Amino acid sequence: MLLPLQSGKASPLSSPTDSSAEATPRQDAMREQLLSDISACLGSALVQSHINVGNDLCVRVATDAWATSAAALKTSLGFDYFCFLSAIDWLPSPFGKGEEDPTAEAVERDTEIKQGLAGGETRMQVFARIVNHRTHVGITLKTDVPDATPVVPSWVSVFTGANWHEREAHEMFGISFAGHPDLRNMYLPTDFEGHPLRKDFPLLARMVKPWPGIVDVEPLPGGGDEDDAEGSAE
Amino acid sequence: MYALLSSIPYWGQTILRLIGGSVAVLLPAGTIVYLFLFKMMSFMQSRLGPMEAGPYGSMQLFAEVGKWLQKEDLMPERADKFVFKIAPLVVLSSTFLLVVVVPFGPDAWITNFEAGVFYALAVSSVSVLGILMAGWSSANKYSLLGGLRAAGQLIAYELPMILAVVGVVIQAGSMNLQNIVVAQNAGSIFGWDGLGNPYLLTQFIGFIIFMIAVQAELTQTPFDMPIAESELVSGYMTEYSGFRFLIFFIGEFATAGVFAFIASVLFLGGWGVPFSWFGWTEINDVDNWMNVGGPLIMLTKMLGLVFIIMWVRFSYPRFREDQLQRFAWKILIPVSLVNIVATSVLKVAF
Amino acid sequence: MTIIGDRQQLAYIASQAADARVNVELETEGMTLNIGPQHPATHGTLRIIARLDGEQVLWAEPSCGYMHRGYEKLTEVRTFPQVTALVNRIDWLGSFANEVPFILAAEQLMEIEAPPRAQWIRTILFELSRIANVSLFLGDLGVQLGAITPVFFAFRDREYVLNLIEGATGGRFHPNFDRIGGLKDDLPAGWVDETRAVMKKMRKFCDEIENLLFGNEIFESRTRGIGVIPRDVALQYGMSGANLRASGVDWDLRRDQSLPMAWDKVDWKVWTHLDGDSYARCWVRLQETRESTFIVERLLDTLPSGPVMTKVPRIIKVPAGEAWVSTENPLGEMGYYVVSKGDLGPFRVKIRSASFNNISIVPWLLKGVYVPDIITILASLYFILGDIDR
Repeated sequence: MLLPLQSGKASPLSSPTDSSAEATPRQDAMREQLLSDISACLGSALVQSHINVGNDLCVRVATDAWATSAAALKTSLGFDYFCFLSAIDWLPSPFGKGEEDPTAEAVERDTEIKQGLAGGETRMQVFARIVNHRTHVGITLKTDVPDATPVVPSWVSVFTGANWHEREAHEMFGISFAGHPDLRNMYLPTDFEGHPLRKDFPLLARMVKPWPGIVDVEPLPGGGDEDDAEGSAE
Repeated sequence: MYALLSSIPYWGQTILRLIGGSVAVLLPAGTIVYLFLFKMMSFMQSRLGPMEAGPYGSMQLFAEVGKWLQKEDLMPERADKFVFKIAPLVVLSSTFLLVVVVPFGPDAWITNFEAGVFYALAVSSVSVLGILMAGWSSANKYSLLGGLRAAGQLIAYELPMILAVVGVVIQAGSMNLQNIVVAQNAGSIFGWDGLGNPYLLTQFIGFIIFMIAVQAELTQTPFDMPIAESELVSGYMTEYSGFRFLIFFIGEFATAGVFAFIASVLFLGGWGVPFSWFGWTEINDVDNWMNVGGPLIMLTKMLGLVFIIMWVRFSYPRFREDQLQRFAWKILIPVSLVNIVATSVLKVAF
Repeated sequence: MTIIGDRQQLAYIASQAADARVNVELETEGMTLNIGPQHPATHGTLRIIARLDGEQVLWAEPSCGYMHRGYEKLTEVRTFPQVTALVNRIDWLGSFANEVPFILAAEQLMEIEAPPRAQWIRTILFELSRIANVSLFLGDLGVQLGAITPVFFAFRDREYVLNLIEGATGGRFHPNFDRIGGLKDDLPAGWVDETRAVMKKMRKFCDEIENLLFGNEIFESRTRGIGVIPRDVALQYGMSGANLRASGVDWDLRRDQSLPMAWDKVDWKVWTHLDGDSYARCWVRLQETRESTFIVERLLDTLPSGPVMTKVPRIIKVPAGEAWVSTENPLGEMGYYVVSKGDLGPFRVKIRSASFNNISIVPWLLKGVYVPDIITILASLYFILGDIDR
């Protein structure tokens, strides 16, 4: 029996792919107001947005307005707490999970790049989160990283704390941050080659030798990996 | 007793003195390490301490000594080898040099030095040299920092120690430690001689200053900046291992014991009990059994003082060195100067 | 009697601020000292490269990565329950608290909620892990400053809390107890009464530490005025948790956001301090630990009955989407940004760990301080290496 949720939604366990045709369209008045304030503040820099009702507001800005948008939001809308900054690589991993039997045939994989909330046009996106510590509301900002030359303006002049986060994003994804004073490796040795968190960088532990769990894999109960969300077993 | 001893040939006397000196240094060191470091510290920290080696862990010290003796003799490659090697010996030698003037009984002393106090304070500074040598020769930045801090701290706290002792010397009228003991035990406070005249009571301020200065000279918390385990790993002792570390270790506790001997001689009445209890009036009246009882009494008083030193050590956090220096120069030295003035005034007045 | 007078403290703060504004590119002759990665004072393998002029720091730079385990890459090849087991090990002293935001993010994507009893028990275990974590901090604080005795009391009293966690979950350090939709098991019999007794003991421990450490003049002179972080700098760097509240920012994620947990069902107080120095940070953590014991007791009083797991399928495929959940962990704000594509496992998990931001302020903060103050400041900022390096 499904219990009514705290937020008042009573939805089945289906993926909310079609936000326009929800059974109970719930409004998030606070975030909608916030979104209109933000678009008034950012103007044309705001490319796309998405409200995750009751949870979060995701806003995508143009790449060259990345730092200026943050500064505008900080000064005029009070988003002065810097939470984090990182990147997402939307390419599906060509290695899958590295759980296949290496002697079996190579599996055909989906290589389509499909971005998430608030859309996107490039393979990699930089995303960050800033919060207004007085109203306790935070927003997620995203921007595209140009595929040809992955350079994005740096946030260091706006939030000093972005320094370390940008260093980590640089070494993990290979994204350069224009205006960063000291873009060297955070975790990895200085002579490390490659960018580990990119999807085409394999998880070496699973390449070096076959995944030991392969002997433990049992066939899924109920047969196949269909989405049997409703009413199985329990 | 004195006649008995002087009839032994000189080389016999020397051997007796050497044995006596070694026992006087090593026995307190061993007792202190077991009682206070292994057991008291453990009980304060709600644990039992070593229990396996011997009954209630009493053989633990021998086990530790054996362990350190069989370790490899390591030395950093860029260390100044000669200085590195002799630094622990310098520290320990100052302890042995210090114990020779301590009287353990009316005739049980190693040397009866007329300027005993002067000699004791001078020789106790030799260990400072040893610590500096260890810090500077280790080719290790942590040791260097420890040595620098030690230089500042140990020199700063020499002065309060000396000034505190000056009050005792004024009151006793002599720098000879034996005379100081006799002056305490044969004396009287404002005419009442039930307790003798232990300078603990009449030189209370001097006693406190002396104990604080001793805590700093031993580089014990709250004055353990030179070691400062959470910052400098081991300070000047970082590169020492095996036998050399053992010498530092023994030296630390032996020096604590010997300083406590000196403190009990200066402030607690030394090897004696108040003479009025037995009807003695001066040193030649004292019976011979006091030559055996004296060392035992000294041991008890020493353990009492070291208990206080160790208790403070295990309880307090440590000072930063600028706070430490400020404490010495701005608080301890002025107070001890005032103490001297007050003592001399009262000595003349009464 | 204070060893440092008030005027000297203010002068010290002013000189620290002045030095911080100096752009230290002067090539003065100094000594470069490596503090760590093996060092008695750092909570793990943190390496700080400090350039010293005598006893004063010219600049200091933490060099992280000695414990980098590549968590974010590892999560991409694991299923959600496997990631739960992995995530325990980020902040290993308060492990249950690491699982909770991740599970809540997955539940947010699936649009389900755990039943009330599970929410209560989750909150209780969360607060227990906070008590276990911060009581070790309080003991360790003494050791960093030279007082070697309180740490033994901390370990002794922490054992009670770890026994409780083990009784409920089966693991002292890595419980791995949270599941999408609820918890693995219900509480054992007698656990509630045992917890009440232990909470009284922990309050006694807090009082003991308050007497031993915070009442000590040497401790006060070592921590007051040291490492002052003004509130706007703290916000810029993303400091969180007690570090932020000690700089005067009244923000506690347990109170200020609504999550399906039980914090808003009981009355409790948020502790702040205005000074922003090391003493303030340590003091705030002490008060928060005591407050956690009260929270646990009140939650136990109102513990509802019922199931501990909602209906979820055997094989959980979290629907596609992105979710961000962050909670007030013992170390600060810990959050997970979970990107899912409808698989058995996540597509990308960004782990926002508190200590990473807390330590990023160290280069700014350590300019011009003395070497002993480095240790005091690091001790008061309180980090866990697993949290910095992930």
